[in-house]
Amino acid sequence: MSEKKKSGELTERKKEFRTTVGGIEVERVYTAADLQGLSEEDIGLPGEYPFARHIMPTGYRGRLWTMRQYAGFGTVEETNERFKYLYKQGQTGFSVAFHLPTQEGYDSDHPLAAGEVGKCGVAIDSLQDMERLWEGIPLADVSTSMTINATAPVILAMYIAAAEKQGVEKGKLNGTVQNDILKEYIARNTYVFGPTPSMRLVTDICCYCAQNMPQWNSISISGYHMREAGSTAVQEAAFTLANGIAYVQAMLDRGMEVDSFAPRFSFFFAAYTNVLEEVAKCRALRRIWAKIMKERFGAKNPRSLMLRYHVQTDGFTLTAQQPLNNIVRVTLQALAAVLGGCQSLHTNSFDEALALPSEQAVQVALRTQQIIAEESGVADTVDPLGGSWYIESLTDQIEKRVMVYIDEIDGMGGALKAIEKGYIQQEIANSAYDYQKAVDSEEQVIVGVNKFVTEDEYTPETLEIGVEVEKKQIEGLRRLREERDNSKVGQALERVGSTARSHENVMPAMIEAARAYATLGEISDALRAVFGEYREPGVL
Amino acid sequence: MSDKKIRVLVAKPGLDGHDRGAKVVARGLRDAGFEVIYLGLRLTPEQIAESAIQEDADVVGLSCLSGAHMSLFPTTTRLIREKGGKDILVVGGGIIPKEDVSMLRKAGMAQLFGPGTPLEEIVKFIRANVGG
Repeated sequence: MSEKKKSGELTERKKEFRTTVGGIEVERVYTAADLQGLSEEDIGLPGEYPFARHIMPTGYRGRLWTMRQYAGFGTVEETNERFKYLYKQGQTGFSVAFHLPTQEGYDSDHPLAAGEVGKCGVAIDSLQDMERLWEGIPLADVSTSMTINATAPVILAMYIAAAEKQGVEKGKLNGTVQNDILKEYIARNTYVFGPTPSMRLVTDICCYCAQNMPQWNSISISGYHMREAGSTAVQEAAFTLANGIAYVQAMLDRGMEVDSFAPRFSFFFAAYTNVLEEVAKCRALRRIWAKIMKERFGAKNPRSLMLRYHVQTDGFTLTAQQPLNNIVRVTLQALAAVLGGCQSLHTNSFDEALALPSEQAVQVALRTQQIIAEESGVADTVDPLGGSWYIESLTDQIEKRVMVYIDEIDGMGGALKAIEKGYIQQEIANSAYDYQKAVDSEEQVIVGVNKFVTEDEYTPETLEIGVEVEKKQIEGLRRLREERDNSKVGQALERVGSTARSHENVMPAMIEAARAYATLGEISDALRAVFGEYREPGVL
Repeated sequence: MSDKKIRVLVAKPGLDGHDRGAKVVARGLRDAGFEVIYLGLRLTPEQIAESAIQEDADVVGLSCLSGAHMSLFPTTTRLIREKGGKDILVVGGGIIPKEDVSMLRKAGMAQLFGPGTPLEEIVKFIRANVGG
C-alpha cells in the first residue's frame, strides 16, 4: 500500500531502500533539487578547502595510493619473508600486525600469552626481534605502519632503536603508529592502562614525533574497528572524528600549537560493500574535519585541515561460506575506497573468515588493488563521482548526521566522557545486534549465507601456525635475559618508572630501555606499576 | 517443563578483543529467554571455569577469533569438568578451521558455531541439548 502512495502506479521490490542496516534511506532518483542546501564551496575543487573532493589537486594522477597489506604471523623470520614477498609483488608500504601479547604488554613467556604466540600477528618481545623483523629491508627507504596502541611507546622506541642499528636517524623515518587508545575502549580492546594515563602516553608520542620525527604520522585515528564491531557508516565517521577532537584538544591542553602537530595526524576507516555510501562517507569525512580544524581549532596550515587516511576493506563482511565470493566483495570495497580518495589501502584476503590468509590469497588481494589502479581507469580523473546528485546528497546527509552525534558527544563533555559513560559502546552494540537480526530475518541478504546457499563448499588451503613458534620465542627470551647486561636493563627500567611518575615525556626513557634490550613485558610492567590496569565495564 | 531458566555464561578466554560475536550472541540468547551472564574478555581458562561453577551455569559459550582456540578452548573445558561441571554444555564460536572442530569435540565441546550462524540455530541447539 505504502509503495503505491509513494510511487504512483509503480511498484518496487521493497518498502524502503537503505544504504545498509540502520543506514540512510535512499530515494528512487535524485535531482538538482536535492542539492539546494549545499553551497558551491562545499563541493569545491580537489586540493581546495574543505577538500570534499580530494586533498590533492591532482588526486591519483599525481601519485597512486600506497598499497599497504597488513601482515604479520609466527616468528620474525616468517614475517620478514612475507614482507619481502609482498614487496617483490609490488606492494609499496609495510604494515605490521603484532600478536596480541605484544599489543597488550606481555612477553611471549607470560602465562596469559599461552596459545596466542605468533597467532594473529608477529611476536615481538625485544629489540632483538625488531632488528630481525627488518633484516634486509632498509628502513630509510620504506614507509611502515604499525598497528600498536597501548604499547605504542615501547614499539616505536624499538623501531627507532632498530633503525639506529641500520645507521638510520629517527628524523628520516617514514611511517605511522596507530597510537589511538580511545577506540580500544570502544571496540578493539587491546588497552592496558586506564584512559587518563593512556591519553598521556598518546600525547607523549605525538609531542615527541612533532619535535623529532617530521615524516612520521604520530597517530592513526581509527574508525575501522568500530565498524568491525558493528557501527553504521555514520557512527564510524562520527565517533572517529569525536576521538580526533579529543586528541587535538589534549595536545592543545599540553600547550602545543595546533599547526605543530595536526599535519601529522592521520586516520583509518573501513570500506563496506555498499560502494556509494562508502564514497560519500569519505567525502563527508574530509569536509567535516577541514571545517572542525579551521573553525573550531583555528588551524592555519592547509595540511592541518587535510584528512589523510588509510582504508581497509571490511573483515566482518567476509563469509566462511563460498569463500571465493569474498574476492568480489573485496573488489567492490577497494573500488569504493579508491573512488572515495584514500591515501593508503589494505585489501583483505578471501580466506580470512576461515583462517589466517595464505600466500596465494594475499597475492589475489594485492592484485585486486593493482587491477583497480592499472586497468579500471577510475584513478585517472580526480573524484569521478563528484557532482552526482546522489553522491553529493548522500555526502551532505552523512555530514549532517555526523554533526548531530558530534554535538551530542560535545554535550556530554567529549569523547572520553562518552566512552566512560558507555554511550558510544552502547550505540555500536545496538547497531551490531540490529544488523544480526536483519541478517537472520533475511532483510539483509548475504549471498551464500542466507540466500543462494550451496552445499558443496570449497575449502581453500589455509595457513596454520604451529606450536613451535611459542617454544622458539620463549627459548629466545630465556637466552636474551642471560646474555644482555641486566644491570643496564634494571637502570633503564627504573628510569621508565620514574619518568612515568613525572611529567616528562616517556619516549627518551623508552628508547634507552629498548637499546638495553629490556623486553616489552618488562617495560610494560614498569608502567603498570605506576599506572595500574584497566578493566572493561562490559556493555552488552 | 520446569520454569527454571537456562543459565548461559558467555566469555572470551585469552587476549582476543573481537567481542562483537560474543556480545551479539549473549544478547540474542537473552532475548530468547535464557538467563545470560556476560563475563567479558581477556579472561584465563581458570577464571571462566571458576565462574561457570559459581554461577551454576548450564551452558558455557566461549568465543575466540585470534587463532588461540586450540589451546584455550580445551583447557577451559577441562578445567570446567575438573571443578565439577560435568554436565555443563560447553560450546564455542569464532574463526575455527574445519580440522579443529572434530578435535575440539573430542576435547568435550558440544558444538562450534562459525561465522554466519543464525542466532536461532544456537538457541535451538542449546534448548535441545541442555539437561539431555
